Amino acid sequence: MTGLALAPPGVAPRRRLARARALGLAGLAVLLVVAVAASVAFGARDVGWADIVAAFGGQAETFEQAAVTKRIPRTLLAVVAGAALGLSGAVMQGVTRNPLADPGILGVNTGAALAVSLGVAGFGLVTHTAYIWTAIAGAAVTAAGVYVVGSLGRGGATPLKLALAGAATSAALSSLITAVVLGRNDIASVLRSWQIGGVGGGSFAALGQVLPFLAVGVALSIGSARSLNSLALGDELAAGLGERVAVARAGAALGAVVLCGATTAVAGPIGFVGLVVPHACRLLIGVDHRWLLPASALGGAILLTVSDIAGRLVARPSEVDVGIVTALVGAPFFIHLVRRQKVREL
Amino acid sequence: MTALALVRSGRLRRRSRRRALIGLLAAGVALAFALSLMIGHTFYPPADVLAVILGRDVPGAGFTVGELRLPRAIVAVLVGAGFGLGGVTFQTMLRNQLASPDIIGITAGAGAAATLAIVVLRLSGAQVSAFAIAAGLGVAVVVYLLSYRHGVAGTRLILVGIGVAAMLDSVTAYLLSRAGEWDLQQAMRWLAGSLNGVTWTDVRWLTWATAVLAPILLAQTRPLGLLRLGDDTASALGVRVDRTRIVLIVAAVGLIAFGTAAAGPVAFVAFLSGPIAARIVGRHGSPVLPAALIGALLVTVADLLGQWAFGTRFPVGVVTGVLGAPYLLYLIVRINRSGGSL
Repeated sequence: MTGLALAPPGVAPRRRLARARALGLAGLAVLLVVAVAASVAFGARDVGWADIVAAFGGQAETFEQAAVTKRIPRTLLAVVAGAALGLSGAVMQGVTRNPLADPGILGVNTGAALAVSLGVAGFGLVTHTAYIWTAIAGAAVTAAGVYVVGSLGRGGATPLKLALAGAATSAALSSLITAVVLGRNDIASVLRSWQIGGVGGGSFAALGQVLPFLAVGVALSIGSARSLNSLALGDELAAGLGERVAVARAGAALGAVVLCGATTAVAGPIGFVGLVVPHACRLLIGVDHRWLLPASALGGAILLTVSDIAGRLVARPSEVDVGIVTALVGAPFFIHLVRRQKVREL
Repeated sequence: MTALALVRSGRLRRRSRRRALIGLLAAGVALAFALSLMIGHTFYPPADVLAVILGRDVPGAGFTVGELRLPRAIVAVLVGAGFGLGGVTFQTMLRNQLASPDIIGITAGAGAAATLAIVVLRLSGAQVSAFAIAAGLGVAVVVYLLSYRHGVAGTRLILVGIGVAAMLDSVTAYLLSRAGEWDLQQAMRWLAGSLNGVTWTDVRWLTWATAVLAPILLAQTRPLGLLRLGDDTASALGVRVDRTRIVLIVAAVGLIAFGTAAAGPVAFVAFLSGPIAARIVGRHGSPVLPAALIGALLVTVADLLGQWAFGTRFPVGVVTGVLGAPYLLYLIVRINRSGGSL
């Protein structure tokens, strides 16, 4: 928005700005392609290019080809989950006008994970679709609860109050997840994937079932880009510009919740992607949500894919779950953001 | 009655009320301790338990009470008291109930170091505690330095601590996930805080640590109360602010770290004890000693409940976590409602 406001009313600078942003998006897309190629090529086992090509052709005769065949769905899951989390974080930051908003920090991912754990342990859910619906419901309830707790009192939902309410909720829900899991030795291994987020278990079946949900979430989020731009000016001004503030906010929030809930259902709770990526993209592409949201999706996909590669390479021959990697990368960034804020704003 | 006499009688009344409360809490701890020696798969009457403690040989009860229940109950009391003391010290010193060691990352640091020592380096006993203490102190320094910017603001310190805790927790999760022989269930028990497998060795170390560190903290009760008034006021009233603060931090972190090394990061005990104590003793009088007693009571009762109240045996940390988390949310709601700045 600052870029637009500073530009003189002529047409040429605006066009130049659009070209710069398009270039930024294109650069991100190229990076993503590189990251995906690297994710298929590198892993616990060294493989040659010939094997990779053969594996893409459908062969799985040697160990190398089989390894590559297993890397393809996990790479796709990393791309899809990362894009969903990045987009979800950007929308949440826009809706709450809060630089610390992130599905992980606000406890929304933990809420989704608890809902799935409860569903599996208590109601015997087994299908991906059931997981996804349950996770979205859990995410929605948690998001609403955290927002209510964080916005009570003077000053509404300040970054500090929201972050604290989120952290407290997250701790509370983690205790409950532990209680659920420890009560059921028989299904502990099933429940493991909702303790620490990871993409290692990615399969085409899970991907196929989560994609429709993510499509709805993406449509809701991208569709609200213009409203998020108005909301960024403040509620009064947005209303003055003809925005139906409550409706716009609810629509965008629903999109964000669907995205992170569905992602948690297939990949477990992965934190900090939604925090880091939108901030980085704002530096690259500016604060106009029509550009920021696609950029955040691309950035999230890149970050999660690269984190997954790092997690596989660091601990060879085993691997580090990607949720652990993103926490190690993202938490310092969170601390940096907290330090940068002036005390009064916090 | 003169004004002076009125003040004096008021002070006497408050003091005797405080003594009664502390006596009541101590009695509660003693009762919970006794119950956790008696209750189990087999119930042993007080006479048998007493006989075992006095060193006489009682068939059956000798092993169960002497080797299993007694060390467990002692560790429960000591860990709880240590967490309570450490927590209330930080909360009072930083003038913020949310600034307890388990929220600002100190427990997470001690836990990560203890995990490293136990699972990867295969150490035990004193060495684990040493790792935990070094890491706890290190994290305290790091969080303090990271949140220092033209002075330390309580809110910034808490948020920085939450970030640091998130990082350290992921390190712990990674270490546990790499350890082959630790399956997920065991790992989760440890992460939640558990008294399973407590032995007399744990008791020995914890007793030494508590005997040295707890009196230091209790002796600093007065300066700690004065620190609450602000550094300038405290130093005008004769407190050597920096020295007091360093002594308090080292002793409190030590207690937390020893407790974490023995029983894991028992969720929310450090955070809960102080506010409960403050609520019980009111605004007058220090919450330090009551917080220690409440911590001991919480852990002992929660362990009893976790073991025997449900169909499954839950580790103590799950019970305190499930009980403590709603209180944390309630606290945030209440602070927000009253418009406080946190």
